[in-house]
Amino acid sequence: MSTKHTKAASAFLLNKSRAQFLNQSIWYVREKRDKVAMQLAEWEELRELSSSIKCHTVTHLDTYLEQFASQAETNGVIVHWAKDANEHNKIVYDILQQHGAKKLVKSKSMLTEECHLNNYLINKGIDVVETDLGERILQLMQVAPSHIVMPAIHLKRQQVGKLFEDKLGSEPGNSDPTYLTRVARLHLRNEFMTADAGLTGANFGVAATGDVVVCTNEGNADMSTSLPPLHIVSMGIEKVIPDYRSLAVFTRLLARSATGQPSTTYTSHFRKARPGCEMHIVLVDNGRSDILANPQHWETLKCLRCGACMNTCPVYRRSGGYSYTYFIPGPIGINLGMLRSPRAYSDNVSACSLCCSCDNVCPAKINLSEQIYSWRQGLDAIHKADPMKKIISSGLKYLYGHPTLYYMGLKYAPLINRLPRNILYNRLNAWGKGRELPTFARKSFSEMWKKGIVR
Amino acid sequence: MQIGLFVPCYVDAVFPEVGVATYKLLKYLGVNVDYPMKQTCCGQPMANAGFEQKAVPLAAHFEDIFQGYDYVVAPSASCAAFVKLNYPRLLEGKHACQTSDKMMDVCEFLHDVLKVEKLPGVFPHKVSIHNSCHGVRELHLSSPSELNIPRFSKIRDLLSLVEGVTVVEPERIDECCGFGGMFSIEEPEVSVQMGTEKLDSHIATGAEYITGPDSSCLMHLQGIARRQNKPIEFIHVVQILAAGL
Repeated sequence: MSTKHTKAASAFLLNKSRAQFLNQSIWYVREKRDKVAMQLAEWEELRELSSSIKCHTVTHLDTYLEQFASQAETNGVIVHWAKDANEHNKIVYDILQQHGAKKLVKSKSMLTEECHLNNYLINKGIDVVETDLGERILQLMQVAPSHIVMPAIHLKRQQVGKLFEDKLGSEPGNSDPTYLTRVARLHLRNEFMTADAGLTGANFGVAATGDVVVCTNEGNADMSTSLPPLHIVSMGIEKVIPDYRSLAVFTRLLARSATGQPSTTYTSHFRKARPGCEMHIVLVDNGRSDILANPQHWETLKCLRCGACMNTCPVYRRSGGYSYTYFIPGPIGINLGMLRSPRAYSDNVSACSLCCSCDNVCPAKINLSEQIYSWRQGLDAIHKADPMKKIISSGLKYLYGHPTLYYMGLKYAPLINRLPRNILYNRLNAWGKGRELPTFARKSFSEMWKKGIVR
Repeated sequence: MQIGLFVPCYVDAVFPEVGVATYKLLKYLGVNVDYPMKQTCCGQPMANAGFEQKAVPLAAHFEDIFQGYDYVVAPSASCAAFVKLNYPRLLEGKHACQTSDKMMDVCEFLHDVLKVEKLPGVFPHKVSIHNSCHGVRELHLSSPSELNIPRFSKIRDLLSLVEGVTVVEPERIDECCGFGGMFSIEEPEVSVQMGTEKLDSHIATGAEYITGPDSSCLMHLQGIARRQNKPIEFIHVVQILAAGL
């Protein structure tokens, strides 16, 4: 039995050049991250600080959320509380309806992906336009992001050129990046100008001031909020942080970890609505309180959504974001999917060689690999364990639990070396798919020891 | 000082020469080495696969065999890391756990405890170090490439004591080779892809041998090299350190 991830990864790898392109592109980002991380002498100290601040904040969420909400209200912002995705979507729609808004421009938000907001609004007749370039490309293609920070990293510019030709009327055959960017800019400029409302996510919510902080490279969050008269913020409750001093720690880590930039081009603070306009913040739980109550997995709430764990993950880089069944791929996505529903998303737990590299790049020091290990331990109880792995594990337990049997096994194991190839390399032999089997030694170490050969 | 030598199951069966080299080297360095019989496996294969409860009796058995020694030394970083990091949790409330504190990979033991400064051997070859994940990120045999900490490599330090050896390392210096225990059979395509790239990056250094502290990674890479007829040899670090003994 293979997991859905295994099958999808296997299919992905059939196209060698595409697979290599993705691996190289993403490894390049990991290298950029390393370079800027090594330039800061205090890098490891910053990660430690970030982890401590997040631990502190998520374990005092009640205090900081109330402070944040009350500051925001003092600033004239209207604050809403949503217990789940449905409530969130309904609140957003109600606000749009109250304003008679027909067109919504959006900057990047993984939370609205989590809540499936776009489809909800589109079904109700709202024109929803993603304005992050990668997100817009994917929206025009009608596919989901394959990475949380670089959503269209899996595409080549020729594919974008073709898409723009079909959807935006760009010059046939022109896939020059500068040209395509200009086409996108012109197209989006018009969307910004004609939008009735703008929606942004939130990288951070500062409790002390009520600021919502949004980090982008394209300035699209600023365009989304500067032109339309209505600004709605979708914010997960774990995004709140105490104050500016803690924000300074995170802004130093976020872009460096995510893309290898010292900072994002824009770090925008939204504190209150423009004169004559309205600003709303929707604070969303959608399972976060349950995560907080989970003794083994609550640390996932420290996540900054930088994507560094994906970039370093050797499995993600060789299988692509679409091989995972949860909308967030990679190490953090494996964990968040299991927290959403172990039965629905257990197929991603196989996508980890336990190399622990993600733990070392995480700017909030989440113990990602340890958590994946721990999810594996629970798969059998929900009947999601791989039967072959279970049989092998039971067999090994028996063999290794009986040294006499183990010694006998060692004695006869070399006979396996001489079995005919078509018996050894059958379809049950997953090892043999791309590898030769190891050769058993004629005399094991223990046998040599017993015979006094080892001296 | 009395050392209990742990020769993990797959080393016992497939790479006995690694056990022999470890024993000879420790003996040569004047250490009192014992190899207690009835040792089998540390339990890592089933635990990483998601069946750590099946590893508990093996952990208890391991404790019974090895608890009396001053150090338990194994030529396998991953197995050593498993005992060190997981036994306290696995045995909690079930069995006393002393081996976690005593467990060491042989390279770690040579470098940190014996502080070896001289070795007699000659190994006139170019070798590429395979920095295995658990060796790097769990036992800190070298500085992980992700961390901004002073660079070090205990493996390199040890190899530099052997005359004639030229040491190189591949690009993506400590990226996983894709073995990962039963990951290798649950996700065979990804595992082989990772291994193929790792193998190619070692070969690109011009090395004659790939060497490392984990024969498990080497077994996986060797399987791929044999299948693809790629010309490179494999050797455990300790076999180079024990050259000439």
